[in-house]
Amino acid sequence: MSDYLLYPGCSMETGARAYYDSLKAISEPLGLNLKEIDDWNCCGATEYFGIRLTPAYALIARNLALAFNQSNGTRSVVAPCSACYLNLEKADYYMREQPKLGRMVNEALATGNLSYVPGSLEIRHLLDVIIYDIGLDVIEKNVVRPLTGLRIAPYLGCMVPRPDYDHRWSDHEYPVELDLLLKALGAEVIDYPLKTECCGGHMTQISPETAFEMIRRLIATADEREADAMVTVCPMCQLNIDGYQGETNRFFGTKYHMPILFFTQLMGLAFGIEPKELGFGLELVSAKNVLDAIGVQAPPETPPAPPRRPRKPEGLPMPAPLINENNIKKALKKEVTK
Amino acid sequence: MTDVVLVSSSRAPDPNQIEDLTLLEEVASRTAGVSRLEMCIQCGTCGGSCPSAADMDHTPRRLFAMLRAGMREEALKSNTPWICVSCYHCVVRCPQNVHIADVMYTLKGMAMEAHLYQDSTAPDFSQTFVGMVEEYGRSFELGLASQHYLKHFPLRLPSMLPMGMGMLSKKRMNLTPKRIKNIKQLKAILKRATELEDVE
Repeated sequence: MSDYLLYPGCSMETGARAYYDSLKAISEPLGLNLKEIDDWNCCGATEYFGIRLTPAYALIARNLALAFNQSNGTRSVVAPCSACYLNLEKADYYMREQPKLGRMVNEALATGNLSYVPGSLEIRHLLDVIIYDIGLDVIEKNVVRPLTGLRIAPYLGCMVPRPDYDHRWSDHEYPVELDLLLKALGAEVIDYPLKTECCGGHMTQISPETAFEMIRRLIATADEREADAMVTVCPMCQLNIDGYQGETNRFFGTKYHMPILFFTQLMGLAFGIEPKELGFGLELVSAKNVLDAIGVQAPPETPPAPPRRPRKPEGLPMPAPLINENNIKKALKKEVTK
Repeated sequence: MTDVVLVSSSRAPDPNQIEDLTLLEEVASRTAGVSRLEMCIQCGTCGGSCPSAADMDHTPRRLFAMLRAGMREEALKSNTPWICVSCYHCVVRCPQNVHIADVMYTLKGMAMEAHLYQDSTAPDFSQTFVGMVEEYGRSFELGLASQHYLKHFPLRLPSMLPMGMGMLSKKRMNLTPKRIKNIKQLKAILKRATELEDVE
């Protein structure tokens, strides 16, 4: 067993639940022992750096400090999400490159009785660990249901192979790790020229037209090359291409149907694990065609409707203001007077 | 940001604007790591590599020239940092290893401080996101999206409904926020970090 500290990141419990479920399912056959960092916090995504520098790095460094305290022999932190991976790696690298930043962050951490010496942990992305630590031979040995005949567009997005402070990837713009993995699963990997192009990130919330065009390019290129599905390593990429495919189609008047799955889901499928355990059916653009192509029964289409009022809310009350009639009226009025 | 802004390539600097020669230095010193901003050779590889340059009013190359020329107000008003998607294409291609994406973050912060941005959509989104993280220690998509859409895209709400409902029914979005255990510790750390930055 190889031991790693896991930094899941916020989206693994929500938007990218399929990623987390499938990761848990394939961990055992791969001999991957992941220990979740206790009480980790959000990495700040791409939002905090633009607001305030030192707090943004202190936010990330709290996770590094906690990870180090809980490391118990292992030095490797694994992040499955691209933005989390980059932020953890970035904080570690910049605290080394600019000692002043390291000092200020540590002074802030000290108020919480924490500290972190940059360079004391190794920050890795999940794909990197699976390819270079576990190895393709172990993966091949686990394949009981080869994905023969499936045409897959390997899509990494931007933040895994770039900027790559610690030189872990085969290339910044056309890395081959994901291709090798998919080939080991028996899939037909298409030559996908946009494999490290950006999915638009948070642009769907800020400048939708910018985002829709970036999403369209990615889907159209995979579609032209007759891919059955795209496969990604990043929750944000999955959300943008899956969740916003409908709106992008409406915006351009197109009718693309391009499912996008996490690489861990395909690994599980090839390892013979049931699709339901791997989070199949959670995607908004159905990946039933992928399951059909390899002769696997899809989980039932209609999920149970959510209760209108959660009886026992586990979390905290909703922060105000949220959608209610008055707010909508106010906002509409404002939009009209504009 | 919906308007397409066409800028002539021979824009002359405003003669009334005072040259601010400390600007470049200030941006560099406020950027995490070693920005190498002063090493820019104006080759334009950044703009040529940028997937969203078409929506920017200035390419990164021109923006850096403006910083060097001390055009503080014009540079901080630019939509370029807000349109940057942090994809790091320019960063790995820059022959001078300028930390372009991080410089963009610095410019966002400076524009917010000086209230010089033209469109509040992006700054508001960042503020709301960070507000949730500071309060709970985790992001909270439903709260973030509903607050943000209500304020900036109320007319987009109907077209967003299928996706929102899909995400909720598939339990890909939490109805209520989740708070980390030691939020007190996180708040204290962030407060101290803010104080330290103010002293600088």
